Amino acid sequence: MTDALALQPQARVRTDPNHLGHHARAGEGHAKATGRGTGGPSSKRIIVGYGFWIFLLSDIVMFAAFFSAYAVLQTGTAGGPTGAELFDLQNVALETGFLLISSFVCGVAGLALAAKRHLIFQAGMALTFLFGAAFLLLEAREFLDLVDRGAGPTRSAFLSAFFTLVGCHGLHVSAGLLWLLTMMAQVATKGIRPEILRRVLCFSLFWHALDIVWVAVFTVVYLMGSIA
Amino acid sequence: MLGKLTWDAIPLSQPVPLIASGVVGLVILGVLSWIVFGGHLPYLWREWITSVDHKRIGVMYCILALVMLIRGFSDAILMRSQQALAYQSPGYLPPEHYDQIFSAHGTIMIFFGAMPFIIGLMNFVVPLQLGVRDVAFPTLNSVSFWLTATGALLVNVSLVIGEFARTGWWPSPPLSEITYSPGVGVDYYLWAIQISGVGTLMSGVNLVTTILKMRAPGMSYLRMPMFCWTSLASNLLIVAAFPILTATLAMLILDRYLGFHFFTDEAGGNSMMFMNLFWAWGHPEVYILALPAYGIFSEVISTFSGKPLFAYRSMVGATMAIFVLAFMVWLHHFFTMGAGGDVNGIFAVTSMIIAVPTGVKIFDWLFTMYGGRIRLTTPMLWSLAFMITFVVGGATGVLLAIPTADFVLHNSMFLVAHFHNVMVSAVLFGAFAGYTYWFPKAFGFRLDEWWGKTAFWFSVAGYVIVFTPFYVLGLMGMTRRMQHYDVDGWRPWILIAGFGVIVMLVGVICQIVQLVVSIRRRESLRDVTGDPWDGRSLEWATSSPPPVFNFAVMPRVEGEEAYWAIKQRAREQARLRDEPDYEPVEMPLNSPTGFICAFFSTLIGFAMIWHIWWLALVGLAGAFATFVVFAWRDRVEYEIPAASVARINRANRATRAQALEHAERRAA
Repeated sequence: MTDALALQPQARVRTDPNHLGHHARAGEGHAKATGRGTGGPSSKRIIVGYGFWIFLLSDIVMFAAFFSAYAVLQTGTAGGPTGAELFDLQNVALETGFLLISSFVCGVAGLALAAKRHLIFQAGMALTFLFGAAFLLLEAREFLDLVDRGAGPTRSAFLSAFFTLVGCHGLHVSAGLLWLLTMMAQVATKGIRPEILRRVLCFSLFWHALDIVWVAVFTVVYLMGSIA
Repeated sequence: MLGKLTWDAIPLSQPVPLIASGVVGLVILGVLSWIVFGGHLPYLWREWITSVDHKRIGVMYCILALVMLIRGFSDAILMRSQQALAYQSPGYLPPEHYDQIFSAHGTIMIFFGAMPFIIGLMNFVVPLQLGVRDVAFPTLNSVSFWLTATGALLVNVSLVIGEFARTGWWPSPPLSEITYSPGVGVDYYLWAIQISGVGTLMSGVNLVTTILKMRAPGMSYLRMPMFCWTSLASNLLIVAAFPILTATLAMLILDRYLGFHFFTDEAGGNSMMFMNLFWAWGHPEVYILALPAYGIFSEVISTFSGKPLFAYRSMVGATMAIFVLAFMVWLHHFFTMGAGGDVNGIFAVTSMIIAVPTGVKIFDWLFTMYGGRIRLTTPMLWSLAFMITFVVGGATGVLLAIPTADFVLHNSMFLVAHFHNVMVSAVLFGAFAGYTYWFPKAFGFRLDEWWGKTAFWFSVAGYVIVFTPFYVLGLMGMTRRMQHYDVDGWRPWILIAGFGVIVMLVGVICQIVQLVVSIRRRESLRDVTGDPWDGRSLEWATSSPPPVFNFAVMPRVEGEEAYWAIKQRAREQARLRDEPDYEPVEMPLNSPTGFICAFFSTLIGFAMIWHIWWLALVGLAGAFATFVVFAWRDRVEYEIPAASVARINRANRATRAQALEHAERRAA
């Protein structure tokens, strides 16, 4: 058996007459680009960016689960306050503004790094941090205020779902801030290297993805909640 | 200081778990002291625990799975023997313990038996079949494995400290809420699954990226081996489905720990939402496990029939169709929810539609065998048994997909028979086929065929004897999870099932004997060429076991069945290809990150289960510190000089040239 090549002759084996399901020239129409078709493995940068995209998609699926729970439980107020009675749209507008600005400066920081402008990168990241932290502060204030008014997460299923969905986004932002500080320190101590560039790329993808999720939170939770 | 943890947590009054855990503890202690005092620890640390090699990690996944399968099987023995004894009597397992056993059996078999086995095989095989050197993120791969191991550890710790869930393997509220399950059992379940779930998700991201972005030159999508296709589908399902499980269990955790109202029956909570969310993960999970197994059968049947896979493209289509349909059927797990005729009808139809691509697969396998030169090796036997029993399981599945029938059979032994009939035959038979098929690739010697076949016959016979009576019992009205019963008519069938589990036990013992015998006789079972089965895909193009870099030079793929083409050309030209120009190879350095992450995750999990908040914070801080330290590494790769690459590859070329010469002489 070890001698596999001895298993001749193959001629007696009956093959598919039409070679069914096998394309005679399968694969030749594909692009020669690396990573797809016939070009061999992609570059490290593409692999890392792509992998992180896949992770982000999974994260968005997780948010989708929290969104659907919120949609189901929205009416489960158990005689307690509804969204329309609780939400302060002005505060939310401010939060949204801060988050969007932070995303913008984060983009600037990314460009600065690509152009090897250390100082602008660090300044951009610092601003990103400040706006992100301001967003978190506003959110924390909102949460504390709600709890004070007797509308904490244990009050009703609606509030449980609200605090979890919005809080999960807040937790992501907090983790992002930790990551952001780590990246600032890495660039400062290690300089601009390919792996650092890849990490900053992933961080900015993460940060922008949080914006996208926030847009959904803003629309589904706050806007639609206030109208209802 | 220690939260809810007191000496009462150790079940001193219950002999069964105490003796069981005592024995397990002794075995672990024995193994550990053998490792430490035998001086094996440095080797183990260097070569395995800190390894980021996808082959080593794959093997470790499979070892974890094999151990956990034994644990899950011993739970099965307990359940079968309890029911055999519990006719008009309480049996020997009190209800609160029996409930933990069936919950642990399901949890362990799905999450720590089947999942690591399948993920381990994918980890080991996929990069080899794609002709590349490792997965996309090697260190992340190690983290994934160790997080899975953490989950398995936590479930098993519950045997000695505290208790396990009594809610079944899906902890449905309101039973699993703190009001009705105040103990730590459900918490053990939740944290074990959360932690290992993160590991599984990471491994899904890793393998998707590997398959989509890292393939040998020329390996376009429609040239990938079938196992890579099914792995791709399975890992895409992991990426899309596991986050739902994470979110759902997080909601239950919030309910239990902080008094939220997601699934409670008061304050507007909705317990049926748990069912919907859980099975929105749970049904794709079935295919996460089954699809790679289909891939294994495809490889095995094609290899041992000596023919290309019949209708490769329709097989790809069927795989991707199942991948999509997997998300459209979840409601059939609870037709009795009362969603109404229209909703039930739609889900009934989508459930039945899944039988179509599955049927395509069965016919593709049959026609692959048709006209082939079939070799009845152990992997092939597992595949054949699968095709027969799986069709029965699939047919009863279509039966259960009829809502009106489901209202009668729901929660009965018929259902238990059905899902064991599909899960065991697809996933376990597939895993065992893959285990025997790829074992020589992993270790350089084959498994003993005689013991393999004996194990096969006992396992399959036992499996049929256990689960066929369940169908009858279900039709007679027996519900699942009964700790005792008084119905006269059920008794003979339960006793037959009890006998079946003994037959299965013989099969399990034969499997263990097979491994031991094969290791002892490894010299005579040696796979010298690296191609013991006359294989067709690229993993057989390298030596057994493969060098750390898998391939000395990346193979160029020029069609389907990449290795078969290379081999055919060698046979026609009566010589191997010209020796390539060897270049130095860069490989990732080993890293203890995964192990240390798992250590801190174990702390976090244990601390959260027992409400030891400070310890959870310590674990969290430790995990972040590990992340930072890892990020600050300066050297991440090492270089293997061209000379070493050449030496390793020449040795393999020599054996292959010899085999080729031998074949020619035989032909002449």
